[in-house]
Amino acid sequence: MNKGRIRVLLAKPGLDGHDRGAKVVARALRDAGMEVIYTGIRQTPEMIVKAAIQEDVDVIGLSILSGAHLELFPPIIEGLRKKGRENVLVIAGGIIPEDDIPTLQQMGIKAVFSPGTSTEDIISFIQKEATAK
Amino acid sequence: MANKTKQEWRETTLASALKRAAERQEKFETSSGLEIDTVYAPEDLVNFDYTRDLGYPGGYPFTRGVQANMYRGRIWTIRQYAGFGTAEETNQRYRYLLEQGQTGLSIAFDLPTQIGYDSDHPLAKGEVGKVGVAIDSLQDMEILFQDIPLDKVSTSMTINATAPILLAMYIALGKKQGVEPANLNGTTQNDILKEYIARGTHIFPPRPSMRLATDIFAYCAEQVPRWNTISISGYHIREAGSTAAQEIGFTLANGIAYVQAAIDAGLDVDTFAPRLSFFFNSHINFFEEIAKFRAARRLWAKIMRERFGAKESRSWMLRFHTQTAGCSLTAQQPHNNIVRTALEALAATLGGTQSLHTNSFDEAYAPPSEEAVTIAVRTQQILGYESDITAVVDPLGGSYYIEHLTDSLEKEAGEYITKIDSIGGAVAAIEQGYQQREIQDSSYRYQKQIESGKRTVVGVNKFVSPYPKIVGLLRVKPEAEKKQRERTAQVRKDRNTSNVNQALKRLEDVAQSKDNTMPAFLECVEAYATVGEICDVLRKIFATQKEFLVF
Repeated sequence: MNKGRIRVLLAKPGLDGHDRGAKVVARALRDAGMEVIYTGIRQTPEMIVKAAIQEDVDVIGLSILSGAHLELFPPIIEGLRKKGRENVLVIAGGIIPEDDIPTLQQMGIKAVFSPGTSTEDIISFIQKEATAK
Repeated sequence: MANKTKQEWRETTLASALKRAAERQEKFETSSGLEIDTVYAPEDLVNFDYTRDLGYPGGYPFTRGVQANMYRGRIWTIRQYAGFGTAEETNQRYRYLLEQGQTGLSIAFDLPTQIGYDSDHPLAKGEVGKVGVAIDSLQDMEILFQDIPLDKVSTSMTINATAPILLAMYIALGKKQGVEPANLNGTTQNDILKEYIARGTHIFPPRPSMRLATDIFAYCAEQVPRWNTISISGYHIREAGSTAAQEIGFTLANGIAYVQAAIDAGLDVDTFAPRLSFFFNSHINFFEEIAKFRAARRLWAKIMRERFGAKESRSWMLRFHTQTAGCSLTAQQPHNNIVRTALEALAATLGGTQSLHTNSFDEAYAPPSEEAVTIAVRTQQILGYESDITAVVDPLGGSYYIEHLTDSLEKEAGEYITKIDSIGGAVAAIEQGYQQREIQDSSYRYQKQIESGKRTVVGVNKFVSPYPKIVGLLRVKPEAEKKQRERTAQVRKDRNTSNVNQALKRLEDVAQSKDNTMPAFLECVEAYATVGEICDVLRKIFATQKEFLVF
């Protein structure tokens, strides 16, 4: 195990197949020295929580473009809380209307990255906010 | 003194200009990294043969267009992809679009419908009606087309894994409206291969999926002769991050796989090939896109005539729909998207598209609002009715640059096809993750170009300024999901259960035989079996398919 490296789970909750962003971010985080696990598409909230615990990650990045974020994010946050993992940094990206961002932040999503975000901004946010075990 | 050759000009006139001032960039490149020269001249078209390479519109190899007079007869079909919430809400939007002068319909289905789950399935939670309309049973389809006679419109359906079911519903609805299948016009996307490559709504493994696709070819050739049985799509491949050359290379390689599968299933190429259609992206790289459409037409004509020995001229024609590039839209300064879309739409029309969807400026946030979609429709109408670009066929034909680019793109795409052939065809290449990996590499390179400033995106990495928030974004009401679940429960209660079971049983038998599955699908939907129930039968027989290459 590479002790000290930040471990990130990138996940695609819901049914949408748009994985360009998730894959670009996965590669950028890896190039920045993080350990990245990408789940692939069509993940349920339960699958994501389970993977996060199994992989013992420091960060979860959720990518969604279907518009189902208000339905699918809360059970992920809730699932982490139930397992005592509220310390995991959860961030998100995709097609998310600006009006929804405060709601998501209130429920515990630390940052929502809109289209056009530079991967460097995501990397520096994670490096600042996440602590590797 | 005038220079006599390009070489002489380069060494004298250009060299002294460059000595005075360097150029803005060290290198100018196409989307796939081919270097763009300063100017193009006769020397760049040394082996050019007008009759062989271009010919006249409406004739082989169709480089200049598939119809002799193109938009002078009728402009392209204005076809906006639309659908959200319940069938009632989407029906309202369709009627609005038709009133605004739209000439064809294009159904966006929600993800559960595309992946074969009913609205009350646990995996559908939160997704019902979000990216498109929810269709569970024939009853939803009846509501979707309330007061829209099927003999008066042509309808394109973005539906792939569940295409035979939705096509069966459309045929069944036609019958209810008194319209014969022979009088139905439209398209089923029915292109499963690009789902594995780029779009991700596959259900079954490739081989049974290819059989369902070719069953549609065979059935429609006899029963629904005006139906476009497939729309072989490069759009999503490009959206996933491919280059222009990869878009047409991978798409035509998929096309080859479908044609071969249909021939292997015993069909004569000229019975189904005239009903194959294509779907491409129009990205922001203006000239490269125009050349891409022309190159794709010429390449496909050669493939159909030379590789497959098709004899009918209609079998050689690549007819296509275009959508402007969703991935070129920015969330920043969103009104700039109107200009991007207009430019991309212009490229599509100069490239000879048969139908066009223009994106709405608010789509980096949500599905389009009525205001945004109206501007998108008006953009097409300005191009089509105001600008005079429609008066001449292939106006850029003969441009040294466009012809050179058309040649290069055809060559580059041809090399991808050769590579895929050497792997064993499109299906084998997909199973190995070849196209997926190529696309991932291109998309990462593109992202790096934006972040390094090598590629400019106005409002994102250059000319950044504050912008007002868009008001009036479309929100799908959460009640839609509840309403849809209730309707489907009611349908299950009202229908004749033994008819449903009998129809599903017949489908199960036919799916395991070599017979055409379409009549069995038709029987299922006419008994009001749901999309989810029908797919459950098929999942049991065919099994399901995960992504081939995750990362």
